Amino acid sequence: MGLISSGSSKKSSGARSVKISFWRRLVMFFVTNLQQGIGSLGELSRTPWASLMTIAVLGLSLTLPATLYVVVKNAQSATGEWDQAAEISLFLRKDLQTQEIQSFRERVRLMNEVETVNLIDREAGLREFRESSGFGSALDYLQSNPLPDVLVVVPVPEYRSSERAQRLLGVLEQEREVDSARLDLQWLQRLQAIVNVVENSLAALAILLSLAVVLIVGNTIRLAILNRRDEIMIMKLVGATNAYIQRPFLYTGFWYGVIGGVIAWISTTLMVWWISASVAQLTALYDSSFRLAGLDFSEMMVLWLVAIVLGLLGSWIAVRRHVAAIEPT
Amino acid sequence: MIRFEQVSKTYPGGFQALKKVTFELPPGELAFLTGHSGAGKSTLLRLVALMERPSLGRVLINGHDLNKIKSRQIPYLRRDIGMIFQDHRLLMDKTVFDNVALPLYIEGFTQSEAKKRVQAALDKVGLRGHERKYPIMLSGGEQQRVGIARAIVNKPPLLLADEPTGNLDPKLSLEIMQLFESFHQVGVSVLIATHDLALVARMRHRNLVLKDGFMIDDGLAGSQFDPLGEELPSWD
Ligand SMILES: Nc1ncnc2c1ncn2[C@@H]1O[C@H](COP(=O)(O)OP(=O)(O)OP(=O)(O)O)[C@@H](O)[C@H]1O
Ligand SMILES: [Mg+2]
Repeated sequence: MGLISSGSSKKSSGARSVKISFWRRLVMFFVTNLQQGIGSLGELSRTPWASLMTIAVLGLSLTLPATLYVVVKNAQSATGEWDQAAEISLFLRKDLQTQEIQSFRERVRLMNEVETVNLIDREAGLREFRESSGFGSALDYLQSNPLPDVLVVVPVPEYRSSERAQRLLGVLEQEREVDSARLDLQWLQRLQAIVNVVENSLAALAILLSLAVVLIVGNTIRLAILNRRDEIMIMKLVGATNAYIQRPFLYTGFWYGVIGGVIAWISTTLMVWWISASVAQLTALYDSSFRLAGLDFSEMMVLWLVAIVLGLLGSWIAVRRHVAAIEPT
Repeated sequence: MIRFEQVSKTYPGGFQALKKVTFELPPGELAFLTGHSGAGKSTLLRLVALMERPSLGRVLINGHDLNKIKSRQIPYLRRDIGMIFQDHRLLMDKTVFDNVALPLYIEGFTQSEAKKRVQAALDKVGLRGHERKYPIMLSGGEQQRVGIARAIVNKPPLLLADEPTGNLDPKLSLEIMQLFESFHQVGVSVLIATHDLALVARMRHRNLVLKDGFMIDDGLAGSQFDPLGEELPSWD
């Protein structure tokens, strides 16, 4: 294996009885890897504070983008549902005869841009309002039904984009039977714009925080390397390759990622739980059963993987720069 | 085994520690390297171990020109050189066992596989039973011997020793020298830098003498580098 024994005379290579088969070397490679991997866990306990702080920074840094991701994910699924429900409400004049209403409804239904038409007559509207609003019997004191008949128009899919639905609204508003018309789209657009902004900044934020994590892990590993400078010199003197010396430090970075990832899970779950309490309050106001969905299994695995990759990357950058630079004197 | 061709070494700062040194050490030979303090003995050994590069000239080991060795190959070369240092160079937070086993670990041995060899090496230097101790619990001479055990544990074809008996009493020094002699007898090449001229005289081996960076005697009889023609060189 060595330079000297390989190219040397029989006599001197005979002084060297280390002769190891390929398979044995392969097995030994994995055994030493395992040993060094577990050994580097012990490294963490050698400098518990530095390790703990680095792990905490790693985990908490990933919590922010992970939580934002959960928020964006939920907002997207929510606006996705609402998008399907893009509909135009036509409030009809109160002085129309039943027959006029029926024929108007038929006319609208036959329009190319319209998919379905649903008439909520004023009696039914009042009933529903009585049940859902909780005003109940208070409504009995009303002398007449204050609600108009409402025609709910759902456009065909091609007419659900805000601009086209707007045009359809304009057309329908001109009808003689219509008192006023409303398209519930503007707030949806605004919500979507906000979600987009959050989504875009989420990517930028995630990249910046990942960079910070890599630098912090790299710096911690760099200090660990410099702390063991003398040891590394001695190991090089007795023939250790850079790869051999680097491995424990790479494993340390790996463990930082493993533990930091778990911390990210826990704190993200706590954050989502905290946010969902206020979301529940909000959705209760709107009588909605919407619930905030946390990270699912595959997303947790991705988060873990990201943490591990960042830990490895940080330590890799540190060992590349600093292990090779140490020369025995 | 070792060949120096017109080797000069100038340290950064301009100090010339070796000046046009030329000699050859055949495989399996044991030779001493003597000279006053600062003569360049350690520098010469460090050139062989690739801890320094020559400023001029060539160093060859087994025909390999060290100037042409890539840094990637250096670890493998060092595995074939057992080195013993003036200042022991032990890992203070590791046991004697782990210190001696280090070269074996690096070659991929597990702790249990290394056990027999480590014990044999510790036996040879008379430190049996000290495996569990830490270097700090040993005397200077015992630490020196741990360093020797580490150098011989993987049976390298070349041993370099820098003041291996510096901290030892005369009896132990002789024993250690006889140990080197026994390696020499099984074919290992040995180069020992030392101040202990009495011991050198007693051992009757080749003696290379450095003075102010010049090799004034390469230890071969009738050599042109032996201007004084004395049996023992004097440098004072
Ligand atoms: N890294 C260095 N930088 C500059 N000069 C150095 C360096 N190492 C050694 N020297 C100088 O080179 C000269 C030779 O040093 P070297 O260590 O080879 O001497 P030596 O023969 O081993 O002496 P000793 O017997 O005291 O160990 C000394 O004068 C020393 O000052
Ligand atoms: Mg010296």
